Amino acid sequence: MPYRRTRRLHRTLLFIASVTIISHAAAQNSAPPTRGSGLAAWQQVYSVLTHPRCINCHTATNYPQQGDDRHRHLFNVVRGPGGKGVPALNCATCHQDANAESTGVPGAHNWHLAPLSMKWQDTNDNILSSTQVCQSLTDRSKNDNLNGSGILRHHQQEPLVLWAFQPGHRRDGTARSLPPLTHDEFVAATKTWVAAGMPCP
Amino acid sequence: MAAIANQSLTRRAFLRVSATAAGGLLISFYLDSPLFAQSPAKVYPPDAFVHIQPDNTVVITVNRLEFGQGVQTSLPMVLADEMDADWSHVVAELAPAADVYRDPFYGIQMVGGSGSIAHSFQQYRELGAKTRAMLIAAAAQKWNVKPEQCRTELSVVHGPNGQSLKYADLATAAANLPVPETAPLKDPKAFRLIGNDTRRLDGRPKCDGSLKFGLDLDLPGMKIALVAHPPIFGAHPKSIDDKAARSLPGVLDVFEISTLAKGTAVAVVADKFWTAKQARDRLQIDWDSTGLQPADTPQLFDQFKQLAATPGNVAVSRGDLNALDTAPTDHRLIAEYEFPYLAHTPMEPLNTTIRFDGDRAEVWAPSQFQTIDQMAIAQTLGLQPAQVTFHTEMAGGGFGRRAVPDSHVQREAAQIAKRMKGTPVKLIWTREDDVQGGYYRPMHVHRVEIAIGPDGLPSAWRHVIVGQSIAAGTPFAAMMVKDGVDRTAVEGVADTHYDIANFHVSAHHPEVNVPVLWWRSVGNTHTGFVMETLIEELALRAKADPIAYRRKLLKPEAKKTLAALNLMDQKSAAWRKQLPSGHAIGFACHECFGTGVACAAEVSIENHRPRIHRVTVAVDCGRAVNPLSVQSQFQAGTVFGLTQIVPRGAITLKDGSVVQNNFDGFTPPYIADAPVAIDVHIVPSDDAPTGCGEPPVPVISPAVVNALFRLTGKWFRSLPLSNI
Amino acid sequence: MESYTLTINGQSKQVTVDPSTPLLWVLREELKMTGTKFGCGISACGACTVHVAGIATRSCVLPVSLVGDRPIVTIEGIGQDAVGRAVQDAWVSEDVVQCGYCQSGQIMAAVALLKSIRKPTDSNIEQSMGGNLCRCGTYIRIRQAIKTASQKLL
Repeated sequence: MPYRRTRRLHRTLLFIASVTIISHAAAQNSAPPTRGSGLAAWQQVYSVLTHPRCINCHTATNYPQQGDDRHRHLFNVVRGPGGKGVPALNCATCHQDANAESTGVPGAHNWHLAPLSMKWQDTNDNILSSTQVCQSLTDRSKNDNLNGSGILRHHQQEPLVLWAFQPGHRRDGTARSLPPLTHDEFVAATKTWVAAGMPCP
Repeated sequence: MAAIANQSLTRRAFLRVSATAAGGLLISFYLDSPLFAQSPAKVYPPDAFVHIQPDNTVVITVNRLEFGQGVQTSLPMVLADEMDADWSHVVAELAPAADVYRDPFYGIQMVGGSGSIAHSFQQYRELGAKTRAMLIAAAAQKWNVKPEQCRTELSVVHGPNGQSLKYADLATAAANLPVPETAPLKDPKAFRLIGNDTRRLDGRPKCDGSLKFGLDLDLPGMKIALVAHPPIFGAHPKSIDDKAARSLPGVLDVFEISTLAKGTAVAVVADKFWTAKQARDRLQIDWDSTGLQPADTPQLFDQFKQLAATPGNVAVSRGDLNALDTAPTDHRLIAEYEFPYLAHTPMEPLNTTIRFDGDRAEVWAPSQFQTIDQMAIAQTLGLQPAQVTFHTEMAGGGFGRRAVPDSHVQREAAQIAKRMKGTPVKLIWTREDDVQGGYYRPMHVHRVEIAIGPDGLPSAWRHVIVGQSIAAGTPFAAMMVKDGVDRTAVEGVADTHYDIANFHVSAHHPEVNVPVLWWRSVGNTHTGFVMETLIEELALRAKADPIAYRRKLLKPEAKKTLAALNLMDQKSAAWRKQLPSGHAIGFACHECFGTGVACAAEVSIENHRPRIHRVTVAVDCGRAVNPLSVQSQFQAGTVFGLTQIVPRGAITLKDGSVVQNNFDGFTPPYIADAPVAIDVHIVPSDDAPTGCGEPPVPVISPAVVNALFRLTGKWFRSLPLSNI
Repeated sequence: MESYTLTINGQSKQVTVDPSTPLLWVLREELKMTGTKFGCGISACGACTVHVAGIATRSCVLPVSLVGDRPIVTIEGIGQDAVGRAVQDAWVSEDVVQCGYCQSGQIMAAVALLKSIRKPTDSNIEQSMGGNLCRCGTYIRIRQAIKTASQKLL
């Protein structure tokens, strides 16, 4: 599975990136991060974006995914015209504004699919490359016209993004797996990448 | 006519049952009788079946469970027709357990085998006719005229001189008259209800939330019980830590009970469902499965395939199989089929409510097997069956799952009721309990070797079927297992209507630590699939039209199958000629439970799944009592049949435990899996009615797979479908 | 245990329950409203469908603590609504039900569909009803009844 393989890669990159960030801490207020540190930061961001907690709703198809194995969402749930499902089978039919811990259904405000323009997989459910996702993310014709600070704000505040880091428990009581970074680390990496001019590999 | 007093009924029932109760569980069956013939000799008192209320509403008691098949409308139609009751003022109720409500053929109160109408049509006609005769007799007496001078219409008796009296006004007088031994039945030409499309009596209440199912029962002081079942059938708890469970407010008790396969389970009783569920989730149980077979699906299939390569116990042997040895390779067909365990998963979770008072008990259960369940509960409680009042509740589906010879759910409920003496307790099996709880359609392997003659027809046929025996170890074994062959495993092959002179069918029944049960259409679920895919393949190899091939190969005695085949041919001929590209057809025909069915399915492939655009299905079920209901059974039963081929349509085991635990793991057909259109055609017939509950199921899967062959060149012999 | 005031079919109801209790069981056991059914407990079958603030919602996975003040409509109350009535009437006239256990949920889903799309296409119907399970398999007549109700309402 792509997720398993890249996890090790992510850990390595995390280490490199954290070293890079620390060494730049002093220089933060003056010079912007180098392209190199921007790219390293981007890899960290990419590692989160392609984690199941995020990528399961950034599909290229008319369905979301679920689970760490990213299988097609069960029960014939579909995207619908606005990414919120269809009448009688909306996302909100099951997903509330908060995790339903006693029944194992995840929830956050305005649960819905990312638009197709923000797909991070292909139609065969294969995760897109780091370059492809980076280009998509920074394309203002695709990303709801967000500039760097807009993207940063999205990563900082969007309820569905926040949810990924507090995804709750499944109905069997086990905790859903977390992205490779904490939310704070994710925001910090985004900041670095944005400050570096949002370079793409 | 007053409904019979419970007391006298109980007394009669007690007299009939006491002879058997002392000897333990002993039930008489008449399973060798032909399914659709009627037994003439029994006497059924009309007042146990008909009650006329003061407002002239006619309440008709239905002697078997309503679980979707429509019997609570069709049997009342039969009685009401002969009785000349006003249908707009007829209501139906489900009979409690009592001797008088036993199925006239099987001798126990039950529903199954597609026998509701087949077995009770004549019975209900007679009941209606006798009731009418008694009402007329009462009126004639009152008016001092001859009965022949009276006529009946819409719940009113009319005399020769303009007199009239409502049935309600005659009921008391009629009840005091002797029940006639016989009463004239209507000429079928005079039927007003029978044979006409009639909407269900329970339609509206099922659409507004008012109809109560077994699970909806609420009684004062009632508690809820859930059971933690062993993860391997037959295991026992080594240790139970129930501290966390008991600490929840509202938990009343936690205790061991014996469960299926001689295992031990742990019951939790609480004031509400959610409390019971949380308590059960908090139980820490260490299970001991020493000595128990750790069933494993791949291992079982290997074992079954090895058995299938050897001859089993003989079911049928005629002619000789020399042709199998002498036929050239291109005139031989060898095929092996694999079928997984299937769960029934009726929509309403299994449940039973019992209150035990020491010297009597009261039961409310959506049961397909009232007599057997009542006896099992009585046995568990140390009572006589007559001391157990058994109410039949409306059921949300069954498909065979509520007809269990060992009454294991009822026995669990009875043990719990005994412990909670004086308190009514509703035992609920959650969906997880249901999916994991056993009693599946057994897994099977078939191995078939066919020699093909120069005419393209099978010249010799050797067929080995491997699968657990459903009847073994149950009171049904004596009737159903002969010479080591459980006939429910070979029905549909052994009794095939295809004219195969040199034919050898044998069966192996391995023992597996997984409880099994009949699943709607039983053996026909897999035998129908095997036969109809093989026949289609033979037809295609012979470059013959599959309908003509079947027509040629079917024996002339297969009247119903041929009639259905011909009607299906006729009704689908036009659209079959106009298939869009990428669409193909598959055919199938099968007869089971006395009813002949044939279908054509138009299929294309979308996203690696079969998309069924249209099914034309024809049925010969003798006289169709309620054609609208027959159509419903075939439209819906066709969808049910697709359970076998949809993805995740399998129960599998690993290390002794069932892998799936809810609809996410075992997934039945949703609307997208259903055919877009199904047209149903009934062969016109005045023959005695036969059933439509199970006959729709066996034909759809082979028809779809036959179409898939045309689209892919692949024969899918392992269900559910994958890698399309 | 917490107290909640729920608005159900236009009426105010007070319950005191464990906050984790799914709305389904609050309806069925606290309020004795058994029209909404328990089929699976994991939102796979839709038998538990109610409307919460007008959205078809699976009550078996909705803890009562997350309901808030959103109004709830159940199968017992949907007949007070013109679309609800049309759907129920169509279900009866098309003789949709067999065992009937799933039909409360099917009807609530169909009403949500028709309230949103007055003239649904076959594709609309298949998608919107796509998550409601009927073990008996009455989907053919469900499709027909939705079309019948739709025509009545146009």
